[in-house]
Parts: sequence; structure tokens; C-alpha cells
Amino acid sequence: MSSLPRAHELGLIGCHVCGLVCRDVPDLHDAACPRCGAALHRRKLGSFVRTWALLIAAFFFYIPANVLPIMRTVSLGDVDDNTILSGVVELWVKGSPDLAVIVFTASIVVPMLKFLAMSLLLITAHRRTAWAQRQRAKLYRLVEFIGYWSMLDVFVVALLTALVQFGILSLVEPLPGVVFFGLTVVLTMLASMSFDPRLIWDSKETHD
Amino acid sequence: MTDQPKPPQGHNDLPEPVVRQRRRFSASAIWLVPVLAALVGLSLVINAWVQAGPTISVSFQTASGLEAGKTPVKYKNVVIGKVTSIRLSKDRSHVITRISLEKNAESFATKDTRFWVVRPRIGLGGVSGIDTLLSGAFIGADVGESKEPEDEFTGLETPPAITHGAPGKSFALHSDDLGSLDIGSPVYFRRIQVGRVASYQLDRDGKGVSVQIFIDSPNDGFVTKSSRFWNASGVDVQLGANGLKLNTQSLATVLAGGVAFQDPLGPHDATPAAEDAQFQLFNDQATAMAPPDGEPRYIRMRFDHSLRGLAIDAPVEFQGINIGRVVSINLDYDEKAQRFPLVVGAVVYPQRLGRVHDKLVAIAQARGEDADLAQMMGKLVEHGLRAQARSGNLLTGQLYIALDFIPNAPKVDFDINARPMQIPTAPGSFDKLQEQLGVIVDKVQKIPFDSIGKHLDQTLADLDGTLKQVNGQVLPEFHNTLKGAQQTLGTANNALSSDSPLQQNLGATMQELQRAARSLRVLTDYLGGHPEALIRGRKADPAPPKPTPVDTPTPPPSGQSQPKGSKP
Repeated sequence: MSSLPRAHELGLIGCHVCGLVCRDVPDLHDAACPRCGAALHRRKLGSFVRTWALLIAAFFFYIPANVLPIMRTVSLGDVDDNTILSGVVELWVKGSPDLAVIVFTASIVVPMLKFLAMSLLLITAHRRTAWAQRQRAKLYRLVEFIGYWSMLDVFVVALLTALVQFGILSLVEPLPGVVFFGLTVVLTMLASMSFDPRLIWDSKETHD
Repeated sequence: MTDQPKPPQGHNDLPEPVVRQRRRFSASAIWLVPVLAALVGLSLVINAWVQAGPTISVSFQTASGLEAGKTPVKYKNVVIGKVTSIRLSKDRSHVITRISLEKNAESFATKDTRFWVVRPRIGLGGVSGIDTLLSGAFIGADVGESKEPEDEFTGLETPPAITHGAPGKSFALHSDDLGSLDIGSPVYFRRIQVGRVASYQLDRDGKGVSVQIFIDSPNDGFVTKSSRFWNASGVDVQLGANGLKLNTQSLATVLAGGVAFQDPLGPHDATPAAEDAQFQLFNDQATAMAPPDGEPRYIRMRFDHSLRGLAIDAPVEFQGINIGRVVSINLDYDEKAQRFPLVVGAVVYPQRLGRVHDKLVAIAQARGEDADLAQMMGKLVEHGLRAQARSGNLLTGQLYIALDFIPNAPKVDFDINARPMQIPTAPGSFDKLQEQLGVIVDKVQKIPFDSIGKHLDQTLADLDGTLKQVNGQVLPEFHNTLKGAQQTLGTANNALSSDSPLQQNLGATMQELQRAARSLRVLTDYLGGHPEALIRGRKADPAPPKPTPVDTPTPPPSGQSQPKGSKP
């Protein structure tokens, strides 16, 4: 399959938006699709830089998201601040291991996996290695898919805050941690969006 | 993908891209995002680092109610820190809590800061910390004056009664015992609470108790240099000539104890007392308000007779004035006399004599003598001053020591250098009474009860004989006599019945008597009208009177000459 020609090898270029195929021109900087007017480029522009930058920014936000408490539960004057991890621990201790696993997966495992997967994709794509290209493509699609589910924690906090407002009896308040967590999720999603999966296939062997 | 047909090499039919001048952002502008994120993270770190105050450790007896990572530390109900960890001390005798203070609470990590756990407490004085029932316990803090940094503290087990910087003054009271006082017990002035007991501790020598009290401003000005403090705990019952008197401060003090103070009556030094001034804490108001006792003096007395009824704290009186009390009663052995005298120690307060004491001192000084009590006492003993154990209450037999002048007391030597002073004694009045009673008993014993008994026995035997005689002879006679009397009474009864001849005769006699009386009246009337008839006899009957005034007696012919009340 590596013997397959690239579009630019054939002097062709496809529009990202409307899919129109037109002739490749050497100077693509100011070229636009003749049909829909979208900018034409062979690969997503600055895909590496953009993805890396967003990924790093997401990682920066991921630290306070885990360190700072995300939610305050007040019940009968008993104030309880929970970070993501302490919430998981509390769920586990209080006899809901299933919930604890779900929250742990959605809030800790998935973001960490996303960081690892995106880093792996970026590094391998940068080195133009032909290693496990199909699996990498699948991994990318997986990352894209599960990206939304990381917002679970944010939704839980938002829902509880809206629903549990019983004054002195019980009260749930969001704390800054959840903002950072939300930013992390959004930034990782943006990072995976800005990654051009076609880079996976631009291996050295085919590109001489 | 593999079966995809190769696109044609010549693709002239494909459209050309249009060229448009567009403004593009540099791709590296995206790096602003991670830089921004890093800045945010950095600011968080710096913020946390700047906000982090000192970490201190406080030890408590128990971690009850404390929770790591949750229990706040509060000062004036403002959170200044949080307990980060709780662990046992190495010897397991207490718990050590690590507390991270906030940056602005750095001043709490100084030497004289106090920490205590605020839990709900219910005492006789009231309920406190009720809000912690729901919110859980928190650690209270109170900062002091010191600037010296410190990070190891020992937590208080009870909240301090006074927070630092509260307006007011603290004073120290000394007492023999604590009574029912406790930290937080109220201090009353004119039955208004003006302060409370802050702390107490035993004196170093263990001979008393020091109680620190705190009087809130502005009432601290009422504590003057001559203020008297007394223990207002409990109920003061006085049974006197005026009846029963019950004296208490308030119901709370009856149960929980308290301190009251007041200035003595009369002229006194009314300048407000300085901070931390020392006062004596008296047991009751009466003692507190009494004039100061001055320096106590110890005296010793030897009594040769039993002192049953003399108790420790029994009063020592001089001419009826209480000047001290008995502090010790000890048995001694006198080898020569083979007796067991009692040695009574007493403490007397010469100043209780008031002006007498001053006068005696003045006189002694005027004589150019030493105004020492022993000197003066020597003089008094020379004039017959003796100690006596007297009975204060005949019912209970309680004794008191009376110092009094005994006329014709035998001379004794008084050693003015002996310490404590030896006061000679004299047998008490009750002892004399006992002696007299002894004499009476002796006399009673001399009465020949035996012979009296014998005589009495003889008499009784005689009486027995007499009674037999009465039974045998006198009683039958008496029976006969009674019978006779019964018959007589029956006869009398017959005689008196309505149909008896006696009664008939009596009726006839009475009629006769009536008639006689009538004729006598006629005679008298006639004689009234005709007194001369007494001499001349009765005239022949006149003609029958005229029919008209039938009943009217004819007026006497010479009415004027009728004698008054003339009787035949």
C-alpha cells in the first residue's frame, strides 16, 4: 500500500471543505478552491505545531485540574471539598466501586490516554515512520471519538450544582478545578482536531 | 484503497485553483495558547506559594472531632488555617495535629498563641459551641503579644475564659481552697456579673490556691485597692435573733459557684486596683467584709481537765468578742503529776480588738516599753487574765475558749519570751458547775435509801392489815346502812307523791293560810281606816254602802289624820 501515489505526486489537490479536486499549483499559499472559495492546502497547515501547542497547553491545565478541588459539597454545615482523585477514592470507600471506576476512567484514564496517544501520533508522524500505520489511524479515530466523553466530570458538576440547592441541608458548588478540567478537555479535543491524520501515511519509504 | 484505479496522468479537464490575496496568521501564533496556559499555571503556583503561611503543630489530648484536611482553625470565627494531618505522638500520650496557617495569619505562629478545640459543651454555667454540633469541631485560636516565632504548641483542653486583648483587667485571688469554682465561673459585683474566673492553680508550696479572675471593662474600675472578694458559691443560711436568713447570689452560683466582691463600708481607699493586683478570697461575705484581721498570733494553753466538746475552729473570745480560733488540740503527758493535760493551740488576731489594741499599744509606748503583744499579755496575765474552756451551748456541750479576768486567780509565771505564748488557764465555769453537781450527788448519795425502803415496806404491811379489816368488817356494815337508806328514801318518795295524805294536808294548810292572809288584809285595811278600833273595838257595821261605787272604799272621814304605814 505504500506504493500508492500521493495526490501531489499526481499534480492534484483536493478541497478540504467541498471535496473538489483541482490541479496542484506550485505556489499554494494564496490558492483557493474555485468552487467554494476555501483555502487549498495539501496538508493541514501547521498541523504539528498547532497540535503540539494545544496538547502542551492542555497538559498545563491538567495539573491544576487535578490538584485543585473541583466540587464543594455542603450538607448540614459539613463542608467537603473534593478533587477528582479524592472524589474517586470517596466513591470507592463509600461502596460504589462501579461509579468510582467510571469516574476514574472518564476523568483520569481518558485524558492521560489522550495525551499519550496524541504524543505518540505526533512523534511517529513527525519521524515519518511506516510503523503500524493502520493501528495509528485507528488510534486517532478512537481519540477523536472518546474525546467528548471526558466532559463527563464537568457535566456531573454542572448538573449537581444546578440540582442540589437545598440551602442549609445540602449544597453543591463548583470550584476552580472544574474550569481547568474543562479547559483541558476542550484543548485536547482541539489538538486532536488540528492533527492531520494524513500525516500518518506520509512515511519516508514512499517519500524519496 | 488498494483497488483504487490510478488517476489519469493528463488532467487538463480539472479546474485551476483561484488565487486570492488573503491575510494569514503566522502558524506560530498558536504557541500563545500553551504560553497562556503556562502563565495561568505559574500564577496559580505563585499564588499558592505566596498565600501559604507557616505550618505549625499543635498537640491535643484527643483528636475527637478533628479531621485532617477539613477541620478549620478560626480566630474570631474567621478561618485562618486548616488541619492538614493528625498523628499520634511517639509515646502515644497525645495527638499532634499539623496545621497550615494562611499567609495573613503568620502572626499566630508566635510564642503565646493558644489553641483549643471548640466542641459543644454543656456545663452548669451554660451551653457553648452549639454551632459545632452540625459543622463539626474547629480549632479556636487566640493570639498573644509575643513576636517570637514558634511552631510547636500545646493545645488547651478547655477554651480560655478570656481572649487576648479583651478590655478589662485581671486580678489574682488567693484562697485556702477552690471551693466549687471553675474556669468560667462568674464574678459578681452587686449581683451583676462583671467578669469570670480565668484560671486557677495550686500554689507552689501546695498551701493554697491562686485564682485568676478577669473583670470586663468598664466594670474593672469598681475593683479598688480595698475591695473584698468572697466565694459566693452555695447558700448562706443564717439563723439569728432576726429569724432565718437565706443569702445567695444567683441560682447559677448556687450550683456552679462564683465570686463576688464589694468595697467595705465606711471610709476606704477607693483608687482602682492595678492590673494583676493580689487579693484574698474569703469564704463568705461576713468574713470578707469584717475589718482586716492583721497579723495572726499563736497562743498555747494547757488545760488539766477534759475538753470534750472543744473542736478545731472553736472561737477564742475576749470579753465576748471573737478574736481568734482554736487550731490544734493535743494530748500531753505530765510525768510529775501523772496526768494528761491537753495542749490547745489557737490563733488570735489582736487587731480584732480594734481600738483597745491601739490604746494598749499607745499606753505601752507611752510607758516607754516595747509594744510587743507578749509584753502586754504579760501585764494582763499579771492582772488575772486566764484562759477558760467555757460551754457555749449546754445542749450540745460545745466549748469555746474564753480569755477573761478571773478575780483572785493564783499567781503564775508568764514567760514573755516563750513562742508561742503560753496563756495560763483556769478551770472553766462549767467545771465549777460540775464540781457543784458532784457535791449534790454526794449529798444525794448520803441519803439512807435502804432504811427508808425498809420503813416503807413496814408501812405497806400495816396498810395491808388495815385494808383487810376494812374488807371484813366495815364493808358489810356499809351494805346494811345503804339498805336502810334505800328504805328511807322509798318512804320519803311515798310521802311526797301527789295523792299522799301529806300532800293533801299540805294543800288544805295552804288554803287555810290563804284565807288567813285574806282576813289579815281585811283587818289591816280596816285598821288603816279606823285605827281607833284597836282601842275602842269595832263599831257596829254601818249601813250597807251606796250602790254606785261598790268597790271604792269609803274615804276616811279624816283622811289627813291617817298614819302612814301604821301597823298593828
